[in-house]
Amino acid sequence: MTLVEKILAARAGLIEVSPGQFINVNVDLVMAHDLTASIAIRQFKELGAKNVFDPNKVALVPDHFVPTKDIASAEVNKNLREFAREQQIIYFECGQKSGIEHVILPEKGLVLPGDVVVGADSHTCTYGAVGAFSTGMGSTDIAVAMATGEIWLKVPPTIKFVYSGQPGPWIGGKDLILHTIGQIGVDGALYSVMEFTGSVIDQLTMDDRFTMANMAIEAGAKAGVFAVDEKTLEYVNARARRPFEVYASDPDAEYAQVITYDLSEMEPQVSCPHSPENTVPVSQTAGVKIDQAVIGSCTNGRLKDMAEAAQVLKGRQVHPSLRCIIIPGSQEVYLAALREGFIETFIEAGAAVSTPTCGPCVGGHTGVLAAGERCISTTNRNFVGRMGSPEAEVYLASPAVAAASAVAGEIINPEEVVR
Amino acid sequence: MHSQAEPGNEEFLLSGNAPEERYLMKVTGNVWKFGDDIDTDLIIPARYLTTSDPNELAKHCMEDADPGFAGKVASGDIIVADKNFGCGSSREHAPIAIKAAGVSCVIAKSFARIFYRNAFNMGLAILECEDADTFKTGDRLSVDFDTGEIILLDSEKSYSTKPIPPFMQELVQSGGLMKYIEKRIK
Repeated sequence: MTLVEKILAARAGLIEVSPGQFINVNVDLVMAHDLTASIAIRQFKELGAKNVFDPNKVALVPDHFVPTKDIASAEVNKNLREFAREQQIIYFECGQKSGIEHVILPEKGLVLPGDVVVGADSHTCTYGAVGAFSTGMGSTDIAVAMATGEIWLKVPPTIKFVYSGQPGPWIGGKDLILHTIGQIGVDGALYSVMEFTGSVIDQLTMDDRFTMANMAIEAGAKAGVFAVDEKTLEYVNARARRPFEVYASDPDAEYAQVITYDLSEMEPQVSCPHSPENTVPVSQTAGVKIDQAVIGSCTNGRLKDMAEAAQVLKGRQVHPSLRCIIIPGSQEVYLAALREGFIETFIEAGAAVSTPTCGPCVGGHTGVLAAGERCISTTNRNFVGRMGSPEAEVYLASPAVAAASAVAGEIINPEEVVR
Repeated sequence: MHSQAEPGNEEFLLSGNAPEERYLMKVTGNVWKFGDDIDTDLIIPARYLTTSDPNELAKHCMEDADPGFAGKVASGDIIVADKNFGCGSSREHAPIAIKAAGVSCVIAKSFARIFYRNAFNMGLAILECEDADTFKTGDRLSVDFDTGEIILLDSEKSYSTKPIPPFMQELVQSGGLMKYIEKRIK
């Protein structure tokens, strides 16, 4: 069996599962955020449920329209807060130890290897980076999981991706995943698990792995997972407050497909409007003038991302023709970036630094685009209207490419800025 | 699929979400055609997600794909799209908006997985049809959910759809996921 099949079999109380099988699994964590929790809470009450199945396994993370941007979002957040208090569940208040859900839940040791995690957010697949099975669902499914601690699933087939070669400078998880989506398309892994393997993956930092798992949904996948190795164990052992189980794919595990990429000559990657599959090497977008750069989000809001941006921006200036908005993904990342001197670098470079939020990525606030504006962003989606006006354009890239482009005023390879 | 006969010769299907609402087992409507990879931001942009009121969401349904859609679509009309309909976010607001706009069903070559699940949970009928790209805006279709047959009314030509997995049929038959679970937790 594959890593995911083993997790699902264990949580379903079965010895074996195979792709296509419908199973009922126990969940280790159920999550929702401000935009999806309202419907989940309504459905939870509709079910006639009195209490959540286990208050220590249900988390609400307001992070999209946080800090609240208007009266409507304040009402939404108030509703969440009241439900969280009433149910005594895990709740991350704005400020405190909070941040973007997919940054903080692993950071706080709430998602661990071998877990089954479901969340009312499509990027819940992020936790595959620690060897968990995690997937996004709608609010009604999440309400049911909150009430019962169980969820029905169809066991997905797994596609194995093998990355080899010696990638050049400035290549990270974002480049790997944008390249992959560019190759297989936005439905290239529909209903499947993407298992990321190979010598390049072994070298990746945990933060890079979170970035890759995060965007598995952008290829239509149900989950994106990594095998647990020493880096994973170092990461989770420092955070875990409960035991966990490590599963690994068998050498003879069956895969729906095995796809291999040699990354030796690969340049940093950019996904052009209006689909994450429109990926090209950065040189093909060189010279595209931009109005805004956004560095942050559940995709690239971790410390390594901040370090990469700081490395580019250190001693340089954001081009006067654009706004550069940098958003650390959590209070912990923010504080660490501050202590490392990154925040000072950002402000000296002329960037606007914001408290953790999903704001600009969903066109909510803190960097919404006007018609005709063009943004380079480290976020995960460049759909029409995603970051504001349907007449705006979004280019997706790594923190290094976004920071270098912010300096140049146009899309550029970081190599040309940092010599 | 469930096919309990109701008075008259029409057959009804209980919805997944609201048991008092009933769905015709057979619908006839005009096609609104969309392309590949219609994402949830096109179906209902995040800027409207401070509400989950179906009628409010319906006003902005498909807004960034076709700005006038909410004003043009008539009750019973059918959305037809190519591959990967509903990709992107997990927002349940997407099937809610489509349903509240009066759309009777969505036919596509394929659906993104979270949307597929959400549509079932919200009682929005969806059908996978390999020939979805042959239909165009303005076509009139008759769709039989019981047999999965689509008839293009101008030509009387018939098209088949992919059957719904038995497990999901069971969910539908027990009145949807909410009803299925309600029975279990009581």
